[in-house]
Amino acid sequence: MSNLAVLPILIPLIAAITLVFFNGNVTVSRVLTRLFSLVSLGAALYIAWHAMENGTIILETGDWAAPYGIILVVDRLAALLIVTTNLVAAACAFYAPHAGLGKKEYYYFYPFFFFLITGVSGAFITGDIFNLFVFFEVLLMASYALIVLGGDKVQLRESIKYLLINLFSSMLFVTCIAFLYAVVGTLNMAHIAERVQEVDQQGILTTVGILFFFVFATKAALFPLYYWLPHSYIQPNPVISALFGALLTKVGIYSILRVFSLIFVHRLDITHELFIWIAILSMIFGVIGALSTNNIKLIIAYNIIPAIGFIIMGIGVFNQDALSGSVYYLVHDMIIKAALFLIVGAIAYVAGTSDLRKMGGLIHYYPALGWLLFIAAFVLAGIPPFSGFIGKLQLLQGAFGDGEIILAITALITSLLILYSIMKIFIRGFWGEKDETAGFGTKSVKGMIAPIAFLLALSVLLGVGAEFFYPIVASVAQSLLDPQIYIDSVLKE
Amino acid sequence: MEIITSILAGILFATAIYNILQKQFLRIIIGTTLLTHGAHIFIFTSGRLKTGQPPVLTEGVSDYTDPLPQALILTSIVISFGVTSLLLVLAYRTSEENNTDNMEELRGNEHE
Repeated sequence: MSNLAVLPILIPLIAAITLVFFNGNVTVSRVLTRLFSLVSLGAALYIAWHAMENGTIILETGDWAAPYGIILVVDRLAALLIVTTNLVAAACAFYAPHAGLGKKEYYYFYPFFFFLITGVSGAFITGDIFNLFVFFEVLLMASYALIVLGGDKVQLRESIKYLLINLFSSMLFVTCIAFLYAVVGTLNMAHIAERVQEVDQQGILTTVGILFFFVFATKAALFPLYYWLPHSYIQPNPVISALFGALLTKVGIYSILRVFSLIFVHRLDITHELFIWIAILSMIFGVIGALSTNNIKLIIAYNIIPAIGFIIMGIGVFNQDALSGSVYYLVHDMIIKAALFLIVGAIAYVAGTSDLRKMGGLIHYYPALGWLLFIAAFVLAGIPPFSGFIGKLQLLQGAFGDGEIILAITALITSLLILYSIMKIFIRGFWGEKDETAGFGTKSVKGMIAPIAFLLALSVLLGVGAEFFYPIVASVAQSLLDPQIYIDSVLKE
Repeated sequence: MEIITSILAGILFATAIYNILQKQFLRIIIGTTLLTHGAHIFIFTSGRLKTGQPPVLTEGVSDYTDPLPQALILTSIVISFGVTSLLLVLAYRTSEENNTDNMEELRGNEHE
């Protein structure tokens, strides 16, 4: 029992409520946002350190003993993801004032920003499946508000689709929870896992598992449920896109990782075999989407889908190497997707368009931005020594070790195509003669560069410092492979 | 009793899906409302339906009504009410701005 576990939810919540009162004053809002994001990051780092040193942090809310009340569980996986979430949030908080939000900054942008972080952190640390649904709704509510902020024509059109698909999958989520509750009679995830183990996951439970997978796959944008994502993610301001791209789909994939490593792990031949095929199809279709367009924002948005494919690939293969690869890739992808969305946001801002055919020669005006994009492309594609390489290496080792040759080869080809899709932005946008008539170079990128460079530096650090990070990730994978560790830490306190 | 409510939930789901697949905003929203009702009735059924039994309050009660599904429904109702009202406002604004409430005309391929 330790109250530490509630801090990642509490600090952003307090920040959000405080900022509601300072909505009229942008200067104060900006200062407070930076301050709170740093405090939250500090708290997350301390909690992560505590969880790594002293084991899982458990909080039984309201002192209700484990299977009855809602419990918060910060294990190593949750700790790792909370730290990453807060790093991304801090970068976005520093980028936001320079992102050209304009009047939108007055539309309660900062409070919703922190409500989103509250929901995301809550989803990572809750140990109760209904509470997971509630935190999903918290983050979705904030995301509805953020995606429609400003409310122009196109934005409204895409928001309504985003809201409808999420409302539908949320209701499916509740129904799945009702199914599960009717079968096992409990909502505590550790307790569910224990009971599923007792009956050896009979047919009905596998069915419920697959239903859960479809709910989370909709949130995570896996094939064939990704069609809603690209167009709705590019409509709002780049900061909001970065938050969505980095955090929202990752909450979906985290839920799959948690539920299918803890609860539904007794019929791997059905569930995890399905994941492998979905991983292959997600990678192929995602990258085809990325190659098919000339809109730089859309290229990055489509790149979310193969990345989720890589993560689900590790969950499908389900061995030590592949799972550590998945966890590594999850952390890496949160950071790099945020960085990429911020970079293309900056490019679209300075070029005045997000159409590749209308830009060129930007390197003469914005060399720093160009080289950041260049590095980001290498990080994303997994060129050593950057972080994408370590994650993919682990994933491929796992896949080859398990004899999943088709999967591994698809992953390799997809990586190359991903590199090409990002390089296209670099070649078409930054190369070329200086064009005086286009009117580039008038807008300043001051203030945008630092947060992007910070995220990329983290990413490089993750790759170069793999020696330090790898044992942590490996221990996370180990605890995912042995659900008894989680069950014992929750129920046998 | 459980069979009847399960069938009712099923019918609500079916009509909801039919309505969600329509093109008009208002029909889609009615569809989502029916969907939430179906889900709520289903949660209610998941805890077994019993009449006249107390929830667990004292020791020694062996036959009781499960209070948990009711707590779940309450939470779920609040959430779906909030989302539905937001959806109504959003649909109104969208149809005002785009001059249409037909989903077919809101595909938006021109912004590729």
